[in-house]
Amino acid sequence: MIEFNNVVKSYSEGNQALRGVSMQIEDGEFAYLVGPSGSGKSTIIRLITGELRPTSGTVHVNGYSLERIRKKELPFMRRTVGVVFQDFRLIQDMTVYDNVAFAMRVVGAREKDIKERIPYVLELVGLENKSSRYPNTLSGGEQQRLAIARALVNNPSTIIADEPTGNLDPARSVEIMSLLQEINALGTTMLVVTHEQDLVERFQKRVIVINDGLIASDRMGGYQL
Amino acid sequence: MKLNNFGYLLKQGFRGIFRRGFMSFAAICVTVACLLIVGTFSAVMYNLNIIVSDLNKNTELLVFVDETLTDAEARSVGSDINLVENVANSIPITREEAMQNFAADYDYDVDAGLDPTIFRHRFRVSLVDNRLLHETMEKLYQVPGVANISAPEAIMENFTLMQDILLMVSLVIIGILLVVSLLIISNTVKLAMYDRRDEIAIMRMVGATNGFIRFPFMIQGFVLGMVGAGLAFGLEWLMYDNLLASIGQTLKWLNFVPFSELLMPMLLVFGGAGLFVGVVGSWTSIRKFMNV
Ligand SMILES: Nc1ncnc2c1ncn2[C@@H]1O[C@H](COP(=O)(O)OP(=O)(O)OP(=O)(O)O)[C@@H](O)[C@H]1O
Ligand SMILES: [Mg+2]
Repeated sequence: MIEFNNVVKSYSEGNQALRGVSMQIEDGEFAYLVGPSGSGKSTIIRLITGELRPTSGTVHVNGYSLERIRKKELPFMRRTVGVVFQDFRLIQDMTVYDNVAFAMRVVGAREKDIKERIPYVLELVGLENKSSRYPNTLSGGEQQRLAIARALVNNPSTIIADEPTGNLDPARSVEIMSLLQEINALGTTMLVVTHEQDLVERFQKRVIVINDGLIASDRMGGYQL
Repeated sequence: MKLNNFGYLLKQGFRGIFRRGFMSFAAICVTVACLLIVGTFSAVMYNLNIIVSDLNKNTELLVFVDETLTDAEARSVGSDINLVENVANSIPITREEAMQNFAADYDYDVDAGLDPTIFRHRFRVSLVDNRLLHETMEKLYQVPGVANISAPEAIMENFTLMQDILLMVSLVIIGILLVVSLLIISNTVKLAMYDRRDEIAIMRMVGATNGFIRFPFMIQGFVLGMVGAGLAFGLEWLMYDNLLASIGQTLKWLNFVPFSELLMPMLLVFGGAGLFVGVVGSWTSIRKFMNV
């Protein structure tokens, strides 16, 4: 569960990126986070990943209180949250397989579990036949699938995606959004930042609109900015 | 950290070394050079210490007793001398013995009317620490019955002074060199971290602990330091033996110890220094890099 309570975040004195955001996303829910450029969407994402701390207010993510989490606990909180970015953030000199295996190895998984888990995850995102390819030989859509596979390989309860389709053509974007919904249907909480109004309209999910650091609306279906 | 990941982490550490092969090579070379100099200074200091303590064993004070004292009184001066701080021991020499010695040293015919009473009773006194020669002499002068003291001051003082200066210089040079090799190892590790900054960001994102992220870089610094130390140790051994073979003949009186006697202290010096520059070097760069 993700819960924001009256969260204010200012990067510099007197300039607030978030001006009092309260919201709650239940386990297993799917929500879009939309809003104009500079409205504070990425700031919300970075508060959820523990990259930033709120200036005031509280942020609860999967049982952790991020406004006062200890540095030592942060890695364990992050294992409950998979993250996907617009720019994929893959390791170029590792194969598809190793990019995903890497995420398991660095949290201390056993080689045996890695061997079992990765084929399953690669099949889920449709990359089962490309496991020995390198990222720069994949299309943009495939690279984003790989990033999604990496985000979910450690079985996080939540996945957050910051404009995952920002670099993709409309057809690929629909595919990625569908994939995220399939994963959500398997039980993973999903929070997706996007600019693409027609996609949001099409999927008819919960839409949280943020404008100028405040929540402007929060309802099912489409939205108007 | 579980054992099943140890192999993986180890591999990552070595990967960092070979990825920047030239930089690692340079770091090892600098470390070897620094440790060689450190080792050489240590060896010189060690030998000098032995030479000086040999010399100290042979250098003694002669404390002359007031000639107006009786033989019995003179003997009691001996026990007073023994009570003086820093006196290791004192050996009494009677007038007669002194005369015999004198006659032997100077080929003097005793029967030609040499009178023992012109010699004073004296004590051959050796000190615990020759550096305190002056203080001890002053105290000895205050012992009632002591008339005069003769000491080979110049030799002892110069040697102990030289030893002190050399120790200071060595410590300064050793300190500077350790910092130099620490810096280069630190830079090599920093470069490796920079090479892998994207990986590190991803590791953090998926929830790797700081310990896990750090470990390969600690391994890298450790290996660089230890390889440097090992090479330097071997070279030092070779150099030392060769040097001993060539100068040992001409400077026989100086009594250099063979390297085998230096083996343990040298291993400690090199191992400790290698460990220090390796681990501290990587630690400092990791600290700077890992500010979450
Ligand atoms: N590191 C930073 N330092 C200072 N100000 C920042 C920083 N990051 C973001 N901001 C400011 O905070 C506000 C919100 O930024 P944020 O990145 O959250 O917007 P966004 O909704 O993600 O925009 P976009 O749709 O363009 O990605 C903006 O005014 C931005 O300039
Ligand atoms: Mg953004």
